[in-house]
Amino acid sequence: MARLKPWRWAVFGLAALYFLVPLAASVVFTVDVPGQGLTADAYTEILSTDGFGSSLLLSLELAAATIAVVLLLLVPATVALRLGAPRLRPVVEVVCSLPLVVPPIAFVAGISTVLKWGPDHLSHTPLFQTFVAIQNPDFPFVLVLAYVVMALPFVYRALDAGLRAVDVRTLVEAARSCGASWPQALVRAVLPNLRGALLNSAFLTLALVLGEFTVSHLLGFTPFAVWIVNVGGEQAQLSVAVSVLSLLLTWLLLLALASAGGRSRTTASRG
Amino acid sequence: MTATTTQTADRATAATVEFRSLRREFGATVALDGLDLAVRPGEFLALLGPSGCGKTTALRMLAGFEHPTSGEVLVDGEDVTRVPAHRRDAGMVFQSYSLFPHLSALDNVAFGLRMRKVRTAERRSRAAELLELVGLADKGERYPHELSGGQQQRVALARALALRPRVLLLDEPLSALDAKVRLTLREEIRRLQRELGITTLFVTHDQEEALSIADRVAVMRAGRLEQCAAPAELYGRPATAFVAEFVGTMSRIPGRLDGGTVEVLGQRLPVDGDVPAARDVDVLVRPEAVLVRADEDGTARVAATSFLGAAVRVMVRLGDGTEVKADVPAHEGAALGLGAGVRVSLPERAVLVAERRGE
Ligand SMILES: Nc1ncnc2c1ncn2[C@@H]1O[C@H](COP(=O)(O)OP(=O)(O)O)[C@@H](O)[C@H]1O
Ligand SMILES: [Mg+2]
Repeated sequence: MARLKPWRWAVFGLAALYFLVPLAASVVFTVDVPGQGLTADAYTEILSTDGFGSSLLLSLELAAATIAVVLLLLVPATVALRLGAPRLRPVVEVVCSLPLVVPPIAFVAGISTVLKWGPDHLSHTPLFQTFVAIQNPDFPFVLVLAYVVMALPFVYRALDAGLRAVDVRTLVEAARSCGASWPQALVRAVLPNLRGALLNSAFLTLALVLGEFTVSHLLGFTPFAVWIVNVGGEQAQLSVAVSVLSLLLTWLLLLALASAGGRSRTTASRG
Repeated sequence: MTATTTQTADRATAATVEFRSLRREFGATVALDGLDLAVRPGEFLALLGPSGCGKTTALRMLAGFEHPTSGEVLVDGEDVTRVPAHRRDAGMVFQSYSLFPHLSALDNVAFGLRMRKVRTAERRSRAAELLELVGLADKGERYPHELSGGQQQRVALARALALRPRVLLLDEPLSALDAKVRLTLREEIRRLQRELGITTLFVTHDQEEALSIADRVAVMRAGRLEQCAAPAELYGRPATAFVAEFVGTMSRIPGRLDGGTVEVLGQRLPVDGDVPAARDVDVLVRPEAVLVRADEDGTARVAATSFLGAAVRVMVRLGDGTEVKADVPAHEGAALGLGAGVRVSLPERAVLVAERRGE
């Protein structure tokens, strides 16, 4: 092992260079304006640019909704799979991996086709209102649906790995013999032991939603990633500054999520 | 350590448990094939049998985790088949470590009380009381991964007792522990059960464990009950050849049936219990019932000896190649060297016979 150490450092150093050099270059590019020396103008400008706050807020709302929906969907499903029908696992695994195979362009083309049914065929049915509602630009729920599908592969894998590490059946049965109903057993005995997996799922989904461009752009909505690209078209320095900022932001959000998860453990254990 | 007065249930109020022609199939496997068994109030009953004979399935039926294909489970005379697991009033200790990893020992014990919405102060004091009962009063703040296997099973026991269940179910709770801990913990389980007077079912595949701990032992085989009796009776008067060979050590000596008697080792002995149809039978004998005398003219030879303390177990090979185990007092055993000629005989008592095994 000891002999491997220099290698490890070399690999680590290379990886760090690979990530940090572009980042540092971006930062330098945004603050070093030719003829003006160092200035933070690009960053202050962002805050005053129209749409920064609203698009960021929209992305965060979409992320929160996506995380909630995908977890509500997959946690009971994976637990049930583990307890009731382990033989169905490969099937579910394949289904959950499909979004990785389907290119986002094809995916969004499918979604727009379906959305067109609304005005074309359903205009006289109550479903029409639903179609309108999910495309409300203030909170386009159709994006949440799309993101849930796109997050499936990551969330499924994270949860599956988490469930593998605990003996779900015994935990549930122990809780049941202590007088817990099924939902209580799930919430009180299983979920707390999946904390890591839940947190991972939330991480991955958050990162996915904050960075997602293709689907939201082609469907005509303006969450954060789309806004960045729109702004960048007008001003190169500004757009790079926004990217740097969004990177920092994502990073801060992930840290916040991690520490929130960490804190909830100590409070949960007091019980 | 004393049982708290609030905890002690007297035997008059302890529950009875009854399985009635309980059957459970898993696809093609029949886990329980018409199990009939009645447990008396306050009794400590061991369910004993080889692996795969349906012990766990039977216990899980009572806990409500498994549902019978047919048959009934009665607690205090009431059919509980349709009662969901969390209302069964059965405390369970599992074979694998089953503590909630995210809760401290104290919170694990208090879990059931929390489900029953007992106030925080009350449930903490009660959980502390139970931890004291299992000798872990000072380990309440530890998490399961900070406890040894034996300590974890103690906590699991306290947790199972927390709701004052009507029956206590233990599914091989000691099998994951090392030998020494196993012995002390089994004594302790027995002591606790006596103090609390709670009707208890203890599953094990270890016959020594079952005999030493239980009021009665129910021997199971292939999903059915073979015999349910007190340890001494089970050992001394096994009802079937299976029980005889599963409980304690048994040797088989070929003999010939003749009416109600059997000819074996040149002796004619009365037959005890069921008489098989075949004439060629095996006589089943315990090592301590086999008499071995040194005799140079004997056709039998000592094949091996092992020292057991007070006695020496001698493996004797008879003239026809049959191997018989015999326990002889240590001072006599010293005279029986390897290869020494001996004469083997049986005491003049009724013997158990079984159909001869296919060679
Ligand atoms: N959930 C199950 N699915 C399929 N077969 C099972 C299941 N549970 C038990 N069995 C089968 O039922 C039989 C009895 O099992 P079990 O009650 O666990 O035996 P024991 O506890 O005596 O070792 C075994 O053959 C086992 O393979
Ligand atoms: Mg078992």
